[in-house]
Order: sequence, then structure tokens, then C-alpha cells
Amino acid sequence: MGNRFSTSPGSHRPEAQSQAGRAPDAFGPERAHATTSTTLTALDRRSLLRGLAGAGLGLVIGVQLPRRAAAQSGAATAMSGGAGEAVGTFAPNAFIRIAPDSTVTVLIKHIEFGQGPYTGLATLVAEELDADWEQMRAEAAPADTELYKNLAFGVQGTGGSTAMANSYEQMRKAGATARAMLVAAASAAWGVPAAEIAIESGSITHKGTGKAAKFGEFADAASRLEPPENVTLKDPKAFRLIGTDLPKLDTSAKTTGAAMFTIDVDKPGMLTVLIAHPPAFGATVKAVDDKAALAVPGVVAVKTLPQGVAVYAEKFWAAKTARDVLDIAWDTSKAETRSTSEILTLYTEAAAKPGRIVKQRGAELGAANDGSKTIEAEYVFPYLAHAPMEPLDCVIEADADGCQVMAGSQMQTIDQAAIAQVLGLRPETVSITTMLAGGSFGRRATPNADIAVEAAHAAKAFASKRPLKLLWTREDDIRGGRYRPAYVHRLKGRIDAAGNIVGWQQTIVGQSIMEGTPFASMMKDGIDPTMIEGAEDLPYVIPNFQVDVHKLDVGIPVLWWRSVGHSVTGFSTETFIDELLALAGKDAVEGRLAMLGENTRHAGVLREVARMADWGGKVPEGRARGVAVHKSFNSYVAQIAEVSVGKDSAGKEKAPRVHKVWCAVDCGIAVNPNIVRAQMEGGIGYGLGAALYNAITLSGGKVQQGNFDTYRSLRINEMPDVEVSIIKSGEAPTGVGEPGVPPIAPAVANAWAKLTGTRVRKLPFVDIPA
Amino acid sequence: MQLDFDVNGKKHSLDIDPQTPLLWVIRDELRLTGTKFGCGIAQCGACTVMIDGQPTRSCVTPAAAVQGVKIETIEAIDSPEARAVKAAWVAIDVPQCGYCQSGQIISAIALLSENRAPTDDDIDGAMAGNICRCATYVRIRQAIKDAAAMLKE
Ligand code: FES
Ligand code: FES
Repeated sequence: MGNRFSTSPGSHRPEAQSQAGRAPDAFGPERAHATTSTTLTALDRRSLLRGLAGAGLGLVIGVQLPRRAAAQSGAATAMSGGAGEAVGTFAPNAFIRIAPDSTVTVLIKHIEFGQGPYTGLATLVAEELDADWEQMRAEAAPADTELYKNLAFGVQGTGGSTAMANSYEQMRKAGATARAMLVAAASAAWGVPAAEIAIESGSITHKGTGKAAKFGEFADAASRLEPPENVTLKDPKAFRLIGTDLPKLDTSAKTTGAAMFTIDVDKPGMLTVLIAHPPAFGATVKAVDDKAALAVPGVVAVKTLPQGVAVYAEKFWAAKTARDVLDIAWDTSKAETRSTSEILTLYTEAAAKPGRIVKQRGAELGAANDGSKTIEAEYVFPYLAHAPMEPLDCVIEADADGCQVMAGSQMQTIDQAAIAQVLGLRPETVSITTMLAGGSFGRRATPNADIAVEAAHAAKAFASKRPLKLLWTREDDIRGGRYRPAYVHRLKGRIDAAGNIVGWQQTIVGQSIMEGTPFASMMKDGIDPTMIEGAEDLPYVIPNFQVDVHKLDVGIPVLWWRSVGHSVTGFSTETFIDELLALAGKDAVEGRLAMLGENTRHAGVLREVARMADWGGKVPEGRARGVAVHKSFNSYVAQIAEVSVGKDSAGKEKAPRVHKVWCAVDCGIAVNPNIVRAQMEGGIGYGLGAALYNAITLSGGKVQQGNFDTYRSLRINEMPDVEVSIIKSGEAPTGVGEPGVPPIAPAVANAWAKLTGTRVRKLPFVDIPA
Repeated sequence: MQLDFDVNGKKHSLDIDPQTPLLWVIRDELRLTGTKFGCGIAQCGACTVMIDGQPTRSCVTPAAAVQGVKIETIEAIDSPEARAVKAAWVAIDVPQCGYCQSGQIISAIALLSENRAPTDDDIDGAMAGNICRCATYVRIRQAIKDAAAMLKE
């Protein structure tokens, strides 16, 4: 199997066109390499595709959109499929391209960084199109908000585990529309009623006449038809592909080294740019001595940017060597120079009193002398870096008329606007090729477009047409900020004389991610939902309930980190409920179920995971099991972890050793169960590594970690076996990229408490001095 | 310095700063980009290549140290073990983001080339130097076992 996707519009290169009779194919292994050096601008692409369409070389089908949108879109007009000047006549919302060789390419509006949208969204199209999986391809859609916006956000971007949820109908409609047009074309050509035509596994057939054709044979004819206004989508019972373990489209290229990431892009004359960033957040450059840096062979220039001091060099090693010998005086007068220990002390002080109330029912938890028991606990959560495997990077090529960017852009609309603003361009002249990204976990979705803006400033300061590749090193990444916020939670719970949990009060202290960003509009009454999600909607029925919040201002930049607020609230709520149940002498699973209601989806995953693990059965000597259940992004996940007391991999600290994790997930219809399982496995590993080992700490404003030696990652010898069960469901699909994360840390902590008698109140498990 | 070495069966002769890490010689000079940069300090394994048959972290291997050696990278590595590993990787869709996978695959090939029946401990020992931030470890373990089974047939 060759590569079945392309991350760049390179598939429309002129070379492809000149290969007579051959469809522009993006999928040979060589091609993935070739795309490095060639990116077409939207304009090239448009004229080229018009040419291709005129030559009858393809069908592009989308669902109906107003003409205005079509006129604004390079990609869409490029894909309009009709002859000559057919702008806006037919394929406004271009998601599908069917080539004469019958390959079906789906333009994927969501960035692929391992969570599976290339495969998942192509599956939705293939299902309604009745295509054969072998003929399906995926390609990154260009930056174009009108056409490719996330229907959950209104801007083009990926996050909140929404890729599948917001595309489910849209992509199926696109597929069904394409199918209807192929049928119409076949019906006209064969002179038989459309209703008598069948499509199965990519074959169009008519029983009465025995006629049969592949999609490619009608691509041109179908491209001349008007798309139908309305199409009927399949009854889920008739799904053939959705719900099956289709092989992923990007696996092959990711096994041969052929997959292209931003860091792999090469363009003629390209320079590598490294930036020396300030030693504290908010510090600025006072003075630079760049003599030694400029003397390094291969260094072309050194420039001061708002973000720091940029070194431009022919190759990475020259840039790195030169950056190391820059002599920079920094102005830290406006910087955040407090240590994390000072900041957390402030948090703890704030947590002593209730904050602004966000949810309340029943009575306040005052003093009681009715035989009830009340316990309190304080939890401390560290700042966390995302540390995606591919450090941040961005390729940019700018001149007065426009700018081409190749990057793992997770918020294309925001990146496009931000780059345009820095360079004084109109946003539509900024083209973005969304590359495969080596992970993100939230890091590439920055409300202030940090890496894109940095690249734009690097281009502006250099003022040359040479393409630039901005690279961050791992140290830049770990020290670069945009962390999962640190938090202190204070919980108070009450059990009545009969052992029922009757009171719950949670005080949350932390920083807002959304405030002061374009996402502030998602805040309600000045409260950032990322601070309280997973806490204010506690699923357990507790009569007296309150959640309140203190938002403090700290100069450490923060960001969403895989599962966002749930990575914190999932831990405090699920360990505290466990503690209350234990105190009441109740079983951790039975006790939770009793407070969840019979038919809830929470109860469904909890029962399933208990069944899988044979909860209550025999546990191997020296081990204990802990359970946790948490809903995030409308998906429900329950996990049971089997844990013993072990040494960490350095053979030192006493840390949990996690042997096995059972995981039940309810994400509605599982479009590709294999990807769902993979995301649960990955979420468990990611969440476990952070819970065991990770904290970003600052001393005098300086980040004390820098690389994987001081900011450890889970390794294979620390990875538990994982068994996943997916609840059968007819509900619309919800996300799986993040929901696997929240339950793992509390499940392990709950097992740890059984094993050692110690409740974990502070993460990570392995002590790191704050 | 003048560096002469063999990469993927092709002889190269480069004039290069002897301190330049092999990783950047491979990526920036030879334009073989399957070998990745993840940490630069021998912590993650993304940059793993075979040097004379030994898996090596190219990010901390100076150019001066590879004079006259034979290097294989993900793009061209080929052997019964390599074919089995790649087939096993594809069969169960090991990669997620894929960025670490070149290094994982080279390490797995090295393991199976030495030991065709690795235990879980052997796998942990050989693969613990390769970080996968997507945590595809469950499948890496499985794929190595599957590849070992294929090699037995
Ligand atoms: S880049 Fe060489 S080990 Fe990480
Ligand atoms: S697959 Fe993403 S880091 Fe391994």
C-alpha cells in the first residue's frame, strides 16, 4: 500500500498535470518527499485546477453553500470542477475530489496529529458514497474559514475533541451528494432510471442492462451536474464502513519515514531560524552582542524580535551554535519572577475561603452535630508542558503581496489573521498548508497564534524573500510557557449517619486560559469554563452541593492541555468521592453507581469496566485496584487500574507501578473502533506519565525543567497493558482524543490509597520540589 | 573536515564541521528527513539510525565519529527483520502522530536482529530509550511480538 494521504496541496503540482492520462496523485511514497519543495499558492492551485477540470480530469463535489463563500475561496473555486470559468457553479464546499482513476480524495479540515481525522472523516464520506476503502485518500484542506470552519467553533480549528462530532453530518452529506451525482450521471449515460442504479464498494451497476462502471468513468460527467439540494443519509443500521476497523490512511507513510512534518520541509534558499527566548515570562531584550554569533560559519543574520533574538542560518547546527554564543542582556522589570512555590502559597491561601459561586443547590456545609462526618482535603496540581514529540516549528515565505505558511496549524483562522496582522497583509493572502504534526496535546492551538506570530516577525525583521523555517528545540518547548495551569482545589464532603454522601463543596483556585483571548466570548458571567468543567457538572446526586472559584492573575502563560480542565477536576472529584465512599464503608463501584442513576451513560461505562476487570474478584498478591469514571467532551470513560508499589525507572522514589488498565468508553457511534481504542491507550499513557512524573516549576521566574531528562516522559517499561471496551451506541459520535486522560490518574491514586493507606493530594506522584 | 561515509548504500563525501551531530548531517546535508529531532540529548530515540548495524542516537554522535562507517536510516533499512517489523507496524496501525516511529522501528529492528524471540523484559530493555509522547507503547510491544512470530514462519 502506498501513501494514501497528502498534507499539502502538492498533489496539484504542474508535474502531476503533465503526466498525460495520469490523475494528479499524491500518494506514492516518492511523492510525499517531493511535496517538500513545492507548495502552490492558492492562485497556482486555482488556475491549475481550472485547467484540470477543463481537461475533464476530475469531479469535485461538496455540499451546498452560498455563492458568496465560493467566490471567496481559493480552494473551493479551484475545485469547482466545471469547465473553464465555472466559478461558484458547483462545488462550493469542496470536500471531495474524484479522479478519473476512481481515487476519492477527501479534503480534511482538521489537523492530523495522531488522533485520526484523516481516516475518520474519509470513512464518513466513503460510507455515504458507497466507496471501496482502497480507493479512499485524504488530504489536508487549505486555510479557509468559510469552507472549512469547525462547526463547533465557527473558525477553522481543531480542539475539544470535536473533529468527529462536528463533521459527522457534514462529511456524510458531502459523500451522499457525490453519490447522488454519480448516479445521475450514470442514469443519463445509460438511459436507465436513477432509482434502478446501485453502488456498492465503488462499483456503479444497473441490474437490468448489466452495465457497470467505476466512479472515475463518470467523474467528468458528474462534474457538469448541479448538486442536489437535499440528500438522504443512510440509516445507521445500513452502515458498512462506519463501525469497522478500517486501516488508517496515514500508517504506511509513518512506517517508512516518508511522512512529511513541518520540520522536514525544504525549499530552495531556505534558512533555519532559532530564537533565543527570554529567561522569564514577560522579559524583553535590553541589549544584544551578536559578534560571536555572526562569526559562526553559515550564520546569515541576527535580529531582535518582540519574542527574543533570532538567528538566521543556512542549517540548524549553525543556528544552534550561534544562538548558544549570543550575549543578551534582558530587561526583567515587567517579567513574572515569582517562583511556583510562592504562587502556590497564594493559591492555598485563597482556597481557605469560598470563591465566586458557580453552582449551588441545597444548603451550605456549616457545622453539624447530627452524627455526620465531614472531611476536607486540599489538592495541588502543577503546571504541565505538553511536550509534543515534534517541537514547535513553522515554515514561512513572505513578500509584499502575500505569504505562504507550512505548519502544524491547529487554529488556521487565528494563525492566518495573526500572521496577516504582523505582516500588514490581508488574511486571504496568507495561505496555510496544514502539515502533519508530531503531536500537539493542545500546544499548537494557541489563541494568540504564538508560533505563527513568531515566524511572521522573523520574516518581517529579515525582510528577504528567502523562505524561513523556524524551529524550537526541546528546551524552547519545555521552557516556552503555555502550560496546563497549576491549581489548588479544596474539597469538603459530608456523610450522614446512614453513610450517605449528603454534602459536597469544592473551591477551585487557578488561572483562566480564555480571558483576554478571542475565546473570552465562551466565558459565562466572567467565569472561564475551563476552570470548572468536570467539577460543576459532578454526575453524582448529592443534595447539598457547591462549586466556587477564585481566578488569580499570574504572568505564566497557560493553555489547554489534553482534556483541559478535566485533567484537574477529574482527579480531585474522583479521588475525593472515593475517599468519602471508603469512609462510609461502601464499595467504590457500587457506591458510585448508587449515586449515578440506573440508565445514565456514566453508569453504563462504570458497570462495563467493573465487568471487564471482574471487580470484586481476586487481585494478585501485593496489588490493588482503583476505579474512576469521568465525562469530558461528551464522551464517558471509566477505568480500573491495577497497581503495586514499585520503584520508578531511576530505581529511586517509591512510585506506583501500574500493571494493567481496563477502560470502558461510550463515545456514541464509534466510527473507527480501532482508533477509539488507540486513543484510549494513548490517553492513558499520556495522563499516567504526567501524573507520575511531571511538573513545570519556576524559581525566580526561571523554568527549572528543560528536556526529557528533567521533564520525564512515560516509557515503554512503565506502560501498563490496556484493555478497552467500547459501549455499543446509536448516539452521534463524540470525541476520543482527550477523554481517555482524566480517569487514569485518579484510578491509580485510588489504588494507591488502598495499597498504602495514603491519599494522593498533590501531583505528580513522584515528588518534585516546587 | 572531510567526511567520507556510506549512507543507505551510497557513498558520501562532505566538508563539514566535525562537531556537527550526525542527525543534522543526515537531515540538513543529505536531506533524509525520516530521522527525527526530538531532544538532542540522547533522551528520546527519535534520531536513532543504524551505524555498522548498531542502533545509535545520531543527535549526540558527532560527524567526526562516523568517518568510514556504514549508516542505515529508516528510508532504506532492509532485512528480513526490517520487513517483518514494518509489516507488523502496519498490520495493527501502531503510529499515531508518527513522529517517533522511525526511531521506534529502527530500535525494534535492532532488537529482533539480535534476538528473534524477545520476552517482555527484552522488549522493555531494548525500547525504553525511545519515547513516544502519543504512548503507542501497547502496540509497539504487540507489533514486535507479531514481527518475531512472522520471522519464525
Ligand atoms: S533527538 Fe536524539 S535521542 Fe532525542
Ligand atoms: S506516535 Fe506520536 S510520538 Fe510516537
